[in-house]
Amino acid sequence: MIPAAFDYTRPSGVDEAVGALRDGGEDAKVLAGGQSLIPMLRMRLASPTTVVDLGDVTEMRGVRDDGDALVIGAMTTHDEILHDPLVHEHAPLIAQATETVADRQVRHLGTFGGSLAHADPAGDLPSVASALDATFEVAGPSGRRSVPASEFFVDYLTTVLEPDDLLVSVRVPKLTGWGTHYEKFNRVAQAWALVGVAAAVRRSNGSVAEARVALTNMGPTPVRAYGVEDALTGTAATEDSLAAAAQRAADGAEPSSDPSASAEYRMHLATVLTRRALQAAGGA
Amino acid sequence: MTVTEEPHTGEVGRDRHRKEDARLITGRTMWTENLSLPGMMHLAILRSPMAHARITNVDVSPALRMSGVAEAFTGRDVADLQGAMPCVWPPSDDTVLPAYPPLAVDEVRHTGEPVAVVAARDRASALDALEAIEVDYEPLPVVLDMEAALADGADLVHADQGTNRCFTWTLDSAAAGTGDDARRAEADAEVLVKRRYIQQRLIPAFMEPRSVVVDPTGEQITVWSATQVPHILRLLLAMSTGMPEHKIRVIAPDVGGGFGGKLQVTPEEFIAFAAARKFGRPVKFVESRSETMLSGHHGRDQIQDITVSARNDGTVTGLSVDLKVNMGAYLGIITPGIPLLGAFMFNGIYRFPAYRFDCTGVFTNTTKTDAYRGAGRPEATFAIERMMDDLAAELDMDPLEVRRKNWIEHDQFPYATAAGLTYDSGDYAAATDRAMDLFGYHDLRREQRERREAGDRVQLGIGVSTYTEMCGLAPSRILGQLRYAAGGWENASVRMLPTGKVEVVTGTSPHGQGHETAWSQIAADQLGVPFDDVEVLHGDTRTSHKGLDTYGSRSLAVGGIALVNACRKVVDKARPVAAHLLECDPSDLEFVDGAYRVKGSPGSAKTLADCALAVFSSHDLPEGVESSLDADATYDPENFSYPHGTHLCATEVDTETGRVSIRSYVAVDDVGRVINPMIVEGQVHGGVAQGIAQALFEEAVYDDDGNLLTGTFVDYTIPSSADLPAIVTDRTETPALEHPLGAKGVGEAGTIASTPAVVNAVVDALRHLGVSDVRMPCTPERVWRAIQDARDGAAHVAHEGGERP
Ligand SMILES: Cc1cc2nc3c(=O)[nH]c(=O)nc-3n(C[C@H](O)[C@H](O)[C@H](O)COP(=O)(O)OP(=O)(O)OC[C@H]3O[C@@H](n4cnc5c(N)ncnc54)[C@H](O)[C@@H]3O)c2cc1C
Repeated sequence: MIPAAFDYTRPSGVDEAVGALRDGGEDAKVLAGGQSLIPMLRMRLASPTTVVDLGDVTEMRGVRDDGDALVIGAMTTHDEILHDPLVHEHAPLIAQATETVADRQVRHLGTFGGSLAHADPAGDLPSVASALDATFEVAGPSGRRSVPASEFFVDYLTTVLEPDDLLVSVRVPKLTGWGTHYEKFNRVAQAWALVGVAAAVRRSNGSVAEARVALTNMGPTPVRAYGVEDALTGTAATEDSLAAAAQRAADGAEPSSDPSASAEYRMHLATVLTRRALQAAGGA
Repeated sequence: MTVTEEPHTGEVGRDRHRKEDARLITGRTMWTENLSLPGMMHLAILRSPMAHARITNVDVSPALRMSGVAEAFTGRDVADLQGAMPCVWPPSDDTVLPAYPPLAVDEVRHTGEPVAVVAARDRASALDALEAIEVDYEPLPVVLDMEAALADGADLVHADQGTNRCFTWTLDSAAAGTGDDARRAEADAEVLVKRRYIQQRLIPAFMEPRSVVVDPTGEQITVWSATQVPHILRLLLAMSTGMPEHKIRVIAPDVGGGFGGKLQVTPEEFIAFAAARKFGRPVKFVESRSETMLSGHHGRDQIQDITVSARNDGTVTGLSVDLKVNMGAYLGIITPGIPLLGAFMFNGIYRFPAYRFDCTGVFTNTTKTDAYRGAGRPEATFAIERMMDDLAAELDMDPLEVRRKNWIEHDQFPYATAAGLTYDSGDYAAATDRAMDLFGYHDLRREQRERREAGDRVQLGIGVSTYTEMCGLAPSRILGQLRYAAGGWENASVRMLPTGKVEVVTGTSPHGQGHETAWSQIAADQLGVPFDDVEVLHGDTRTSHKGLDTYGSRSLAVGGIALVNACRKVVDKARPVAAHLLECDPSDLEFVDGAYRVKGSPGSAKTLADCALAVFSSHDLPEGVESSLDADATYDPENFSYPHGTHLCATEVDTETGRVSIRSYVAVDDVGRVINPMIVEGQVHGGVAQGIAQALFEEAVYDDDGNLLTGTFVDYTIPSSADLPAIVTDRTETPALEHPLGAKGVGEAGTIASTPAVVNAVVDALRHLGVSDVRMPCTPERVWRAIQDARDGAAHVAHEGGERP
């Protein structure tokens, strides 16, 4: 299909973009890589009056070292992330998950920030950001603010971003001395996850000092598996204890049922994949 | 003229790169969508969001007020002009043939059915205007399940027909005199295995969407369409709309795939035809992918109840098949005929002495089904090959041992089957032995045992499919007996140009298969001209006036024979000319490597090119010789073509998640003599991929209201190369007896063979856990559930103190 007609602007800076969004009113939409928005426009599931294309906002692109954290510009493409040495060194979980996103063509256009702002529960990066306790830097008409991952995702395809807010960058703490792993389960290689598990484990003297586990597609937003984290912390990092903790992965999760998987199966997958992710991340 | 003394190196059998690929792969060619004509309008079609409803009102006037919109109309507006969609294959006298207007008039019977049309100066304006059209629907009850549709008192898809039963059709070997009584075999059986297999619904996913341009401004109305069947389209447009046939020209330019999905005359083509006539201006319609998914015809969708009778030693004694086939809401060109193409194949390669086949076509409020790669034969092959594995399991035999015991031996050909066909040739043992070698069958069985004993999380399964199929559609006589409206012949013409170059015209209509290359190879050998001197023309009823198009692996198996025959006529026609030029008697000449030579005097020779030039000038021709070397041939086959082979698949099944991955895949096919090995390899690869897709990945799903849930490629999961195994291919070569080149069809073989090999491998990996079937597609969840159910069942039985049978 062909999108309905809309106005188009192409600002070159963050403030200009926020202004354009404000002027565009309720129905203005940001266009990043377009890999989610353009299909919605083409299927006429979205019909914004104004599209604000961020393609020229160069300050929102790239990865920067900021001491104990990385700052990743929202407009950094998946492909740039994959080739970024800082990401590989300090946030390999992001690189690993990004590698499973779609196909080469989509990765060349789709952006890190777009994936997070779009907040598809089947998207791989929201749960990764959640497991990494990332902080979202947002610009709006009344200035800039920081939002922790735990507050950023609100509901299905919904974040705290107001229509005239812009996600500018994401601050990702460096996890030094942690093991991380992203375990994704999908029907075909280029498909979205049925379930995914992002795990980060810090071991100390053979036991788990800290653990963070976040699940993809186990609810309308990424789900932190606090039950697993609690069960792990302080236990010996043995195969059995990891497996026992993983049993709690789906506690409290409310995944959906759709033609590609039932909720019951997703709950089962969550426990299996969590065990595998933990073994890979903090492996006994 | 000098003749080179080098031995002629034959074209047939060579790995020629496909001549058409450069333009097809770069897209620098004429697709229907590329075409733009002066004054052309773009059509958009409003489709029903309801699976079953009465249309109480359609108001297109708001659309007419929108910018860029020129015209808009409803089914009622063109009721007299639009014709009716034809079905040319009613299997029985009493087949229910419901009215099928291209654009719905009073009632819609599946989601996606066309309801109204907008014509605008560009596509975007036309699509915008669709949203302004107002339609009032009065919902009617929706029937989706075949068995529910057949029950007494069921809601009806076509109320005026009084039933959802489209037809019933029976083939009984005892009644036909082709074999014994299958019911008696059941009564006498030492072992009886009954199974129900489900063929899920699939959606053909050709690369180029269906597109059509109609230009009504010339003496002939010209229709360009992304179709497999330009000749059939012309005929049926004429017969259905009343437009005289000679006033219609149909062109299939380069067409981007079909897989049976474009073996159709479509409502969209008819709507565009009506619109162009109504407006007197050219129109274009190009569908979106979502429209393909929703309203292009679907494939498969059968419930198969199969019973095999056998002796304790594994010898089969009878086969009964009870088939329910989902027609959808309407009948497409050969919708009800598809299962008949399978009717003759359920017995596979085995010596079943008795056979009975009962088939019921059922209407439901879904998109119609029709041909999809293999059309009827993949369904049949799946059932028998799954069944042979289940029989082996029942008897605790190796699946290959059961097959060996029952298959037709090489020295038993030609073999008359209980289904009434005569298989001309084959060597099932040779193909199987080769496949087992390449596969490492015995080593894999050993590894499987070890993994079972160790209770590995990932289990290994081995799946077998020893298939044959009937293709090369088709002997006209048999089609007549089956009540198909047309014949199955094919036509070819050879035009000798004055410079010795050759134009070959074929009535087949390639849409990606590589006919231009293969036909050039054949003509080059037959006429002794260089490969590059042959041009192959097709797909335009003006140049290729006679043909029955491309489907059913028929182009080479039937059209290739027409080509050989036409070439031979040319060679015969040139002989007296060459004799005249050489001043000898025609009977003293032999035609070798493109030149007529005087027997015993190799120095004097005339090539076909010499003769072509002499005929062109015609200054000095022998008495009674026509000034033309051109020739036409139409060939009607006596029998089908029967490729066969053995496919072996090894799967690794993760018993925790249910994920299936294919570890190795071996395909040994016997497609007779091969014209171009690379093309054959490509057909096998693509075919196997499509068969694996049915086994593991693809399924069209409707919700309870008849909405298609799998309307995009996000939900309708087509595998890519990343999901498919490396395919090891090899061939055995048992020449087809009735083909002058010994060739058999290959277009569908891979699809027909592979699906049961994969599912058998999935089940084989899990049999020791108590699993005896997994429904297709074998998604991780289905596999996981099958394992859970088997465990629960085992626990249940154990609890009751019983033992599993
Ligand atoms: C075939 C295909 C397969 C895919 N598979 C996967 C997969 O397996 N895993 C996965 O995670 N993703 C997948 N994706 C999605 C992909 O990762 C997209 O890149 C991502 O969802 C959106 O990023 P984008 O830059 O394209 O954003 P866009 O499509 O441009 O925008 C998406 C939404 O976010 C908003 N937005 C974008 N940027 C900002 C910003 N800076 N501030 C505020 N709002 C913003 C837009 O307004 C819009 O609503 C797939 C996409 C396709 C087409």
